[in-house]
This record gives sequence, C-alpha cells and structure tokens, in this order.
Amino acid sequence: MAGLILEDIHKKFGSVVAARDVNLGLPDGQFVCFLGPSGCGKTTLLRLIAGLENPTRGRILLGGENITRTPAHKRNFGMVFQSLALFPHLTVGENVAYSLRVRRVARAIQRKKAAELLDLVQLSGFMDRHITQLSGGQRQRVAIARALAIEPQLFLLDEPLSALDAKLRESMQLELRELQQRLGVTTILVTHDQREAMTMSDQVVVMGPDNRVHQMGSPLEIYRNPADTFVADFIGSSNLLEGSCSGLHEITIGQTCLVVEELPENLSSGTPVTVSVRPEDIIVLPGIKEEKNNRLHGTVSFIRDVGSSVEIYLNCHGVQVISQSTPKGRPEVKQGDKATAVLPPAACVVLKS
Amino acid sequence: MIGDKPKGVRAHSPLAYPALMLGIFFIIPFGIMVAVSFFHREPGGFYIPGFEVTNYQNLYTALFGRTLMFSLFIAGLSAAVCVSIGFPFTYFITRMRRQAQVVWLVFLMSVLSLSEVIVGFAWSLLLSRTAGLSNILVWLELMDKPAAWYPGFTALLFGICYLAFPYTVLVLYPPLSRLDPALPEAAQTLGASPLRTFFTVIVGSLRNAIVASFVMVFVFTLGVYLLPQILGRPRHWTLSVLITDQAIYQTNMPMAASMAIFFMIVSLLLVALTMVVGKGKTLKGG
Repeated sequence: MAGLILEDIHKKFGSVVAARDVNLGLPDGQFVCFLGPSGCGKTTLLRLIAGLENPTRGRILLGGENITRTPAHKRNFGMVFQSLALFPHLTVGENVAYSLRVRRVARAIQRKKAAELLDLVQLSGFMDRHITQLSGGQRQRVAIARALAIEPQLFLLDEPLSALDAKLRESMQLELRELQQRLGVTTILVTHDQREAMTMSDQVVVMGPDNRVHQMGSPLEIYRNPADTFVADFIGSSNLLEGSCSGLHEITIGQTCLVVEELPENLSSGTPVTVSVRPEDIIVLPGIKEEKNNRLHGTVSFIRDVGSSVEIYLNCHGVQVISQSTPKGRPEVKQGDKATAVLPPAACVVLKS
Repeated sequence: MIGDKPKGVRAHSPLAYPALMLGIFFIIPFGIMVAVSFFHREPGGFYIPGFEVTNYQNLYTALFGRTLMFSLFIAGLSAAVCVSIGFPFTYFITRMRRQAQVVWLVFLMSVLSLSEVIVGFAWSLLLSRTAGLSNILVWLELMDKPAAWYPGFTALLFGICYLAFPYTVLVLYPPLSRLDPALPEAAQTLGASPLRTFFTVIVGSLRNAIVASFVMVFVFTLGVYLLPQILGRPRHWTLSVLITDQAIYQTNMPMAASMAIFFMIVSLLLVALTMVVGKGKTLKGG
C-alpha cells in the first residue's frame, strides 16, 4: 500500500527549478532515501513533504488524503534538520517535550514521555542538561527524540549525519536503521552519500542534477540494474563503455564484440548504447589471450592497492577499464604489463545513450 | 578561546592608547564631577573647593524624588514600547530579501541624523492644533475640529520612542539576522502555529538580546533633556532637565553634580538588576 504519494510535483524558486515532474509512491513503514548530488532538489522535495514549501504544481497525498495545502504545523510529521535546530534556550527534556507542550499535554506526562524517548536514543539521565553541554552525537540523538515525540506518521531527516565524523556517522546509521525498524515509522532520509543510502534504506530514490527522479528501487536493484548512465556512475563506481548495438545480444565496442544477457528494449542494429560494468565483476588475466567475445586487451596503466581491495586500471586502445578484486584474488600483473579483461555477459548492463 | 592570554607589559601595550583616551575624556572629567559634588557653593558666585555632604542632603526633597521616579518611569516605559515594537519589526526585516533589508536600515539610519531639537520641534508641529495631524482627520471628517495633542505625556512618549527606535533596531538586528531559520521551521514541524513559534522559540531563544536592547534604550532615554521641555508640561520634566537647570540657570554646579551622580548610581543599580533577572532566567533554563 502506498502511504505517501507525490503526484506531478514541480517546484520553482523564481526562475530556478528545484524539482521537476516528480511522481513517487512511497510505501508505508519503509525507510526511503532521497539520494543525489548537491543541488539536485532532494532537500526541496523533503521540505515540500514537510509543508515548509508549497509546490508550484502537483499534489501530495498521504493515506489517500490530499495534504498539499496543509500547513506544516498541522501535518504531524517529525523532522530532523541538517543544523538540528535544537532550541538553545531549553533543556534537553524541554526540547524533546516541545511538541507535547504545544499540544497542551499535562506536565507530568510530558516529562514521562521525554524520559522514555531519551531512553530510546540512549540518553537516559540527560533530561535537565543544557543543549550546549552536549557533544555532536548527543545533540543528534536529542533531535531524533524530539522529532519522534508525537509518534509522527512520517519521520523526515535532512542530512542529519553529515556533520559527524566518519566513525560516529557509521554507528549512527546502524542505530537509526534499527530504531526505524523497531518503531516501524515511514522514514525519509535525504543524503548525498550513496554508502549511507545503501546501508539504511529499503528503497532508494536517485535524483540527478537535472532535478528529476532517475530511478527508484531497492539498493541492490539500483546497484545491479541502474536505469541510466547517471545512476550507474553515481551509485558506486562503474565502467561506462560506449558502443553500438550489433545483433540480438551483441554490442560492439571498438573491435570487440560483447555478448550480453539482455537488452533494454528492441534495439535496432547500429543504435549507440553505453554498457555499464561494475569493477568487481571484471576479471583480469595476465598476458594477451586469444581473441574471444567479451575480452578486451590492453596495458596495465595503474594499480591502486588500498589493502582491503586492489584496483587495476587497464588501457584498452584508448578505453579505460577498471577492475577491482580482493587481495587474495589479485591477478599476477604489474604496471606496464599486457593483460586481458574479461567482462562476463551477466555483468554487462546495457543503457541507452 | 583563540590564542593565549597576553602576558607581560609589551603584550599589553596596544591597550595604552584606548586607556589614555578613556582616562583623559572619561575618568578625569568624571573625577572632577565627583569632586565638585562635595564642594561648597558660593551663592551668586560659583563654588569653592571643600568637602561637605550638604549637596547630597539637599537632594532629599519631594521634587527631586518625584522627578527621579518619573524619569525612571518614562525611560522604562519607552524602552518597553521600543522593544515590543522593534523586536517584531526587526524580525520581519531580517526575513526580507537582502536589498530590501538594506533600504530599511538606511532609512532608519537617516532618522539618526536628526538631532533631538529637530525631532522635538517636528513633533510639536505635527501634534499642534494649527498645523498638526488632527487637521487631516478633520479633513477626512473623522474629527469635528482640530485639537492640540501636545504638550502632554503621550506626545513626550511619542517623541522619545521615535528617537530611540532606530537604536533598538540596530541593537536587535545582528542577533536576529543570525537566528538559524531552521529554528522556527522546527517549531512548526513540531506543531506550533506561527504565532506560538514567534513567542516560544524566537522570543525565547533571543531573550538575552531583548534584555540588552531594553537596557540600552533605557539608559539612552534617561539622558533625553530637550524633548521633555518641548513636548511635555513642567510636571513631565525629567531629571536631566532639572540637572541642566541647576548647572546652567542656577549656576549651582555642586548641586547639579550631586544630582547627576545620584541619578547615575540609581540607574546603574536598575540596569544591574535587569541584567541579573534576565540572566538568572537563562541559567535556570526557564
């Protein structure tokens, strides 16, 4: 069941378009990430959902109800801001209980509820501390607890982890995911970090610099079957090889013929296409092997060994191919050696150019 | 903190110039005034050095007490009016586009170029019966006949607030423009209506700035001495008027000095009290 539906949403600030023709259906109870480079309109989309901006065109439906014109304070969504926006003049407990105070809940219940929420985010006993006395990670948790105080229908997060250092960010990602699964609240997280999106979400919505939604799907689906060259390039790293269609299951790249498992649609011979192959799917064999389909010959131009993985850069007649392998599976090649790259048919995703 | 605290005479040497200026133009004249307040007054003459507390004893009159209370009252009232109008006003300016903000600030600054005298006479003209604003109301048939709206307490309050308003805005502008725009937005997503957001979050998080601007306007309006004479009746004269009268027309310098010092001490105590009250609340966290 689709809980939140965005219908033909379009948002302009003056003459600048921030979100273009967005159509999305977000299922209930899932963790959804809006992923994209900066300036792609993902934060704008989140603010439209929160009611902090009005769309230029289009409708927002929640559980079948049109909420496009409902003001932010009547939507009952919890939001965590990038700057956290904790109220500096209130204590931790008062921050968490703010939404209850606004709803004129009795003081004793406010305190009880705030204590429960602080337990939930592992900040028990911080009730009467001042915001300025907390570390970055602790403030993060206060912001999360505050947003969850009214048991929101939607939990919105605008790059809340970007200010934390790498270690803390990773542990907060797991914690947040675990919290969301426990509460079962529909959550939307905005991020530009594809690793973060892959770690946390059930569904990823990829937005591009043209302010459009390029693809929506589970993290693995998006990784395995990117919809276009932008998604293939933005999610992880990818070898994008230009070529043209030359047969039922054949793509020609330079002089080499690639056999692929499936083509997007009926492509006529000669149509230019891009083939995306993930580096970890490419096998490098030392030396020049016999000419065969799905084999590219070239010279090793660079080896990047970062310990946990090895990347081998091959220059195949002007086309650069990057292969990634584990240290154990590292092929016996040195910089300057001749080598052969094998591109398995199942790993080749054909994208229309 | 940035860097270490300066150590040694050389590190403190940049302070010499401001210290010298402060000494010459503030501490020495103030010292002279303190000394004069204890000197003996020669009737008909000026004063002769000495030490007597009669100047302070003479302050204990009904007129002085009443004027002191009135001065503090009107300064406090105009500070309250200025801050309560100035705070929302400044908030709306800071939410405008950059260019519009500049226009408003330049407009307010231009008001500062007017002296107390010009402001006083301009208001006396605007509030007068013969040429004042009431004539417009008569023309619009809202009033039967023109009325004189000055001299009086309201006219005086108007004049003082007009004079102090730009200062209020200038003091409130920096903290309000630094306010994280996500704060009111966060309050809204948590269910607070725009009005409630304004009072619980914007006013709440800027309480220190509000106290500071209140104190500033309070101290500023204590020194106003022309407006009460132009826009007020003699019973609206403030202590500043009385001090001027003693110093210039009665040539009673020791009396004027003792009045000024007493006035200053009382206002300093009030300012300190305001600060303590304002700060105490913030420390406790409301």
